[in-house]
Amino acid sequence: MQGKAWKFKDHIDTDLIIPARYLNTHDPMELAKHCMEDADPMFSSKVSKGDIIVAGENFGCGSSREHAPISIKAAGVSAVVAKSFARIFFRNAINIGLPIVELKETDEVNEGDILDIDFVSGKLTNLTTKKQYKIEPFPPFMKMIIDKGGLIEYVKSKIEGEK
Amino acid sequence: MGQTITEKILANHCGKKEVHPGEFIEANVDVVLGNDITTPPAIKEFEKIGIKKVFDTGKIMLVPDHFTPNKDIKSAEQVKLMREFAKKYKITHFFEVGCMGVEHALLPEQGIVYAGQLIIGADSHTCTYGALGAFSTGVGSTDMAAAMATGKVWLKVPEQMKFVFNGTLNKWVSGKDLILFLIGKIGVDGARYKTIEITGSTISKLSMESRLAMANMAIEAGAKNGIFIPDEKTKEFINNAWKKHKENKGKAFYFDSDPDANYISITEFDSSMIEPQVALPHLPENTKPISKVGKIKIDQSVIGSCTNGRIEDLRVAAKVLRGRKRHKDVRLIIIPATQEIWQQANDEGLFDVFMKAGAVISTPTCGPCLGGHMGILAEGEKAIATTNRNFVGRMGHPKSEVYLSNPAVAAASAVAGYIVSPEDL
Repeated sequence: MQGKAWKFKDHIDTDLIIPARYLNTHDPMELAKHCMEDADPMFSSKVSKGDIIVAGENFGCGSSREHAPISIKAAGVSAVVAKSFARIFFRNAINIGLPIVELKETDEVNEGDILDIDFVSGKLTNLTTKKQYKIEPFPPFMKMIIDKGGLIEYVKSKIEGEK
Repeated sequence: MGQTITEKILANHCGKKEVHPGEFIEANVDVVLGNDITTPPAIKEFEKIGIKKVFDTGKIMLVPDHFTPNKDIKSAEQVKLMREFAKKYKITHFFEVGCMGVEHALLPEQGIVYAGQLIIGADSHTCTYGALGAFSTGVGSTDMAAAMATGKVWLKVPEQMKFVFNGTLNKWVSGKDLILFLIGKIGVDGARYKTIEITGSTISKLSMESRLAMANMAIEAGAKNGIFIPDEKTKEFINNAWKKHKENKGKAFYFDSDPDANYISITEFDSSMIEPQVALPHLPENTKPISKVGKIKIDQSVIGSCTNGRIEDLRVAAKVLRGRKRHKDVRLIIIPATQEIWQQANDEGLFDVFMKAGAVISTPTCGPCLGGHMGILAEGEKAIATTNRNFVGRMGHPKSEVYLSNPAVAAASAVAGYIVSPEDL
């Protein structure tokens, strides 16, 4: 996948990603309209399909609201790259199939850089700066959930298997 | 190698003799919890599985507490979805307005969660039940859906961190201050993916309310779970709570951590050096002792939430407010966390103190804690709150500010009009 980078700082919490005042719905398209609103009020109007969020440490800290990765996915963002992720956000992203990448060197990415992420070869390339980075593969158990297309598909295939 | 209480509970729930940090397990869950924000998406995911029944009609807890009593039409529709789902799948524990409460105050009080269990909840503060000696962690709605169908959850066994609090507490210092102090020391990601096990001579003397407040905020340091080793106080609390759900009586398992268990760090704190703490905007790690906060004027004081809406918290607030009045420029909002706490506070005459002090008393709700309703801040306003998060826009306008404290400081500040210790009133 390829997309333009949107930069955010450390500790982007789930209230910044999708403020609680919009949580009286779980409609992905409604949530997408307010994605990242309290971090950047213009984000939802600026973001284009396939763009990539690039952030610092502890992305998605705070509440367990799955509305956060849902709003990011529905806004058209193709992946989130961060130095580290808060654990509930991390598992929510895996469970709903929002691609995430842990990369320590996100400071080397500038807003507007074009990034290419290849999960198969395990490489992230910054096409603007021509720098290439290795992506650590997910542990086998998580990869199995990702390959199935998320937790619900994984559960369905398990239930089918037991029949 | 010995095992910690967390490792023992996890092993016990996946049919293994022991588990090790980094290992992936699929564990059986004893309780699955959801609220009015997280359950509707979980229902949507559950129905995609195409299964006709839930794994256990008695082990799913549905608590509409965030926007209830319903604040608007959309919120009402969300709760309606939950209510109809509970009926359709014959889920026993749907807590309607009138018996509901803020989920993490409600479930321990009702004897539904207790020591030795593995609990997951689609709410980040599900870590609260670690105070009872349970493994308890927050997950998302899809995890909730999968667990409602299968009774299982995938987990990575967390690394173990131990924090030892020794020494006597200073006046007006509670569990809230100890956990704010800890978060201030290690940061909001200081325990990311890890367990925070809390012990020490201070803790054995600490009330269950204070321990619940501490476990509640383990997530604010990024932890997977916070946990306390059960003692006589824990057992007394659980036995008492079981009077309300007798079917659970005797089902607890009281685990301990082995002396040779493996921790990635052990940190000791001298509790006698800890003052009441205040977390300044916009992260819970921005803590300062009350003496170093300076004169910060406030517009609102909120006493309540899953962190500090319990009876001990209301008693402390009443102790400070007795014979005093709120500052004319401060709205003082008091929210008992459950119906039972509300009743108890009323019986003890605390409401009389609050009313004379010029406070308003709300029905149980998460309400203002997450900027839902019942006390939203306007642009530029400041609040002191006994809640757990002070992120940007948490209680309302993105340009408002939340300062976190214990109930005594929140009550004293409501009287003074600025953030202050009860000692300095």
